[in-house]
Amino acid sequence: MSEQSVLHDLVAKNEAEILQRWVDRQLAAASYRSDRISKVELLDQSRRFLSLFRLSTSSGSADIYSPAWTNTRQMLEELSVSRAQQGFSPSETAGFVFSLKETLFEGLQDQLPKDPKATSVLILDTNQLLDKLGLFTTEVYQRGREQVIIRQQQELMELSTPVVTLWDGVLALPVIGTLDSSRTQVVMENLLQRIVETGASIAIIDITGVPTVDTLTAQHLLKTVAAARLMGADCIISGIRPQIAQTIVHLGVDLGSVITKATLADAFTIALKRLGLGVTKVGAPKKRPEGEAQYHTDDRAGD
Amino acid sequence: MERIPILKMGEYLLVTIQVDMHDRLAMTLQDDLTTRIVEARAKGVLIDISALEIVDSFIGRMLADIAAMSRVLDAGTVVVGMRPAVAITLVELGLSLTGVRTALNVERGMDLLRERIRERFSE
Repeated sequence: MSEQSVLHDLVAKNEAEILQRWVDRQLAAASYRSDRISKVELLDQSRRFLSLFRLSTSSGSADIYSPAWTNTRQMLEELSVSRAQQGFSPSETAGFVFSLKETLFEGLQDQLPKDPKATSVLILDTNQLLDKLGLFTTEVYQRGREQVIIRQQQELMELSTPVVTLWDGVLALPVIGTLDSSRTQVVMENLLQRIVETGASIAIIDITGVPTVDTLTAQHLLKTVAAARLMGADCIISGIRPQIAQTIVHLGVDLGSVITKATLADAFTIALKRLGLGVTKVGAPKKRPEGEAQYHTDDRAGD
Repeated sequence: MERIPILKMGEYLLVTIQVDMHDRLAMTLQDDLTTRIVEARAKGVLIDISALEIVDSFIGRMLADIAAMSRVLDAGTVVVGMRPAVAITLVELGLSLTGVRTALNVERGMDLLRERIRERFSE
């Protein structure tokens, strides 16, 4: 308790001086990144932190998760987030708090000149306190990074499951990558939503891009097929590679009533047949004139 | 007591579920529908569930049961207008309603029923 009040007194009495020395230290340090943060900004951050630090120490509590430290924690959270965005590394971010140690210790040494034992206890406690604050910034920094990763994963998941309209009433769903449960959920939702929007009656699930099919993947596929059927759309699974066909049989997976085709083209033919449509040859294949090739591609890109 | 109306359209019966199904209502519907199929000598039943937002395993089973019952009474059943969320829920519950015909909307459902009748006559 008394150590806390000594620390508080020190900061309260010499706030301007400590701030000056601390900022000078930070600017002089090898890790100072003048390209990332300006002097003014650094000074402002340091001043805010020091005044909040002073207020928090006045409570006498050394637990940084107690209400007295709420404002300080909040300030450090903001700092971590902004530094993460500015491209600082985690250690550079935590270094902001750690760099205060030296300045504070210098001041603390003179506080109790007659009692070296109390001084060392005081320094040790202050050290622990600053360590906690520094680690807190790292934690927040890490959390921010994790959020970015999670968001990217979600985006990747949505990007990688497009639903393509092949023909009026025929949808294709090229699945690329491994089908796990969360992925299946997204795929299923996308497909069903598109079935409602387009009124399609046939959906082709193409698994050419699925590297491996195990019992779980097969189950997920069957679930998607069943859900589409409940919406009134028939499903065709295409793009089954020879190895995958072997695996499916070896695993004893029963694809049951689902129509399976080796290629998307076969599946599309079946789909057209179901709709009472067909593709016929109307003449000899036309060659595109050599000189006009460039013109045609440009034309299409402009559309 | 609350009842779900059963409309007769020619040789078909039309059931539109517009309210949230609860168990009692589902049981009443089962009773009413089987009675009406016999009375009206219906050849097809179309159940529109486009307004149904919440399903549980009981309602899912009820739909399957109704389909099975009408089949016994020689009337084909088509369930139409299922919402994506409902379809996913039913599949996750393990109820894929095998044996029940499904269609995206009422129009497609009627087409399916007519097709079935035509097949019958051509046999």
